[in-house]
Amino acid sequence: MQKYSIFNLVKNAFSNHQNWDLAWKDPTPKEEYDVVIIGGGGHGLATAYYLAKEHNITKVAIIEKGWIGGGNVGRNTTIIRSNYMHDENGLFSEFGMDLWRKMSQDLNYNVMFSPRGIINLAHSDAQMNAYARRGNSMRLNGIDAVLLNREQVKEIIPMADFSDNVRFPIFGGLMQPSAGTARHDAVAWGYARQADSMGVDIIQNCEVIGFDVSAGKIKGIRTSRGNIKAKKVGLCVAGSTNILAEKLNMTLPIETHLLQACVSEPVKPVLDKVVTFGAGHFYVSQSDKGEMVMGGDLDGYNSYAQRGNLPTLQHVLTEGIAMMPFLSKLKMLRTWGGIMDMSMDGSPIIDKTHIEGLYLNCGWCYGGFKATPASGWTFAHTIAQDRVHELNAGYSLNRFSTGHLIDEKGLGTKTWIS
Amino acid sequence: MLYINCPHCGMRSQNEFLYGGDASVKRPELNKEVSDQEWDNFVYNRKSLRGKHLELWQHISGCRQWIKVERDTATHEIFRTFKADEEVA
Repeated sequence: MQKYSIFNLVKNAFSNHQNWDLAWKDPTPKEEYDVVIIGGGGHGLATAYYLAKEHNITKVAIIEKGWIGGGNVGRNTTIIRSNYMHDENGLFSEFGMDLWRKMSQDLNYNVMFSPRGIINLAHSDAQMNAYARRGNSMRLNGIDAVLLNREQVKEIIPMADFSDNVRFPIFGGLMQPSAGTARHDAVAWGYARQADSMGVDIIQNCEVIGFDVSAGKIKGIRTSRGNIKAKKVGLCVAGSTNILAEKLNMTLPIETHLLQACVSEPVKPVLDKVVTFGAGHFYVSQSDKGEMVMGGDLDGYNSYAQRGNLPTLQHVLTEGIAMMPFLSKLKMLRTWGGIMDMSMDGSPIIDKTHIEGLYLNCGWCYGGFKATPASGWTFAHTIAQDRVHELNAGYSLNRFSTGHLIDEKGLGTKTWIS
Repeated sequence: MLYINCPHCGMRSQNEFLYGGDASVKRPELNKEVSDQEWDNFVYNRKSLRGKHLELWQHISGCRQWIKVERDTATHEIFRTFKADEEVA
């Protein structure tokens, strides 16, 4: 593989950048693989990369219905954080933070990881207490957390509304300084390029139509480009998990919902943190291009549409303007939607299934992007070793039966309420 | 914007309604032994269909009645609406 470096950049400049190698190939599906990963999104690509890198399993195919990185890894708001209270979520995400810090070097691809910090605003004394508790839990798990009072928040984000007569006054906030953002597309492409270079076949425009299961064991998959035999199959298709589960006669604790995001026109640097509104569901950061990147609530009813509806957007942006009034002066540049696996406790599932050789990675709710490296790493381990790693042991499928839920927000099973 | 034909009030915008989830989920019968699997299916497991989906909505800014709506989850087309106790053929 051609290394990306300043020297290669200069060298290729002399030939007008016409002679760069392809970042990944476009192979025809082989008859058989050791592992087939369904879904060429961030998690699927990361899984294939760690299967090859950590477990030396390279007879691997990624089967993608559309094009790689066209789903939620290309549709998120790029936020990376590990500010969770529960041990399972905190330790898993913090393991991921380490992988994020090394990712650009590891993949030889600039993912523009920017640990700028995230602030969750609090709007009442009770919320300050809850944040203090969460911050303490985070620190016990080795995650950085700082509880800020109103004046400290004002110093960091003076453009927020600190006037006296607002409906939701800012009491303070919880900051995770090491959280941040990264270039989402680069994450998908970086993993794809490295996986491809180690022998993984990335097969695009190939839809999975069915599965071959006999005697409780996976034998292969049926696709729009022919049958493929496989010793092991991993599902990494957030948003479409229920559709594939139906083909396997499985009913999962997941509902599919739509989440929208939007960006404003680019403006000069104004916000160097990720900020979330505490009296509703709204978050904002500023991209390197200057756009304000914003998102919030689900559209609120089951959806596979991958495009949003205006009432929710209006509701979300109303919260944004309540938090930072200057946002009302900006023009909207783009809005889009992605479909989420909303699990019944708000936490993901990375586990084996009752079918031997079939593995499940799903239920990421709105938190899938930040989990990309940790999800790929633990899923690769689960597939390669045929057992879960201690980091994803809590993300079991049967926790819903046994009562070991990981309900970070305490919302219960109405997944569309947020 | 979705427009939902409330069987009690007529055609109204989605802003007047609250979503209530899959209407085909049935609570296990009372006075009968209920297995763990039946409880799981009632509380957690969902088909989450792509296509025609029968779901509950509440007309919170109108008659406050719960209703059933048959809607396509991929196109958002609404086919039929029913009163909560109406049988869906």
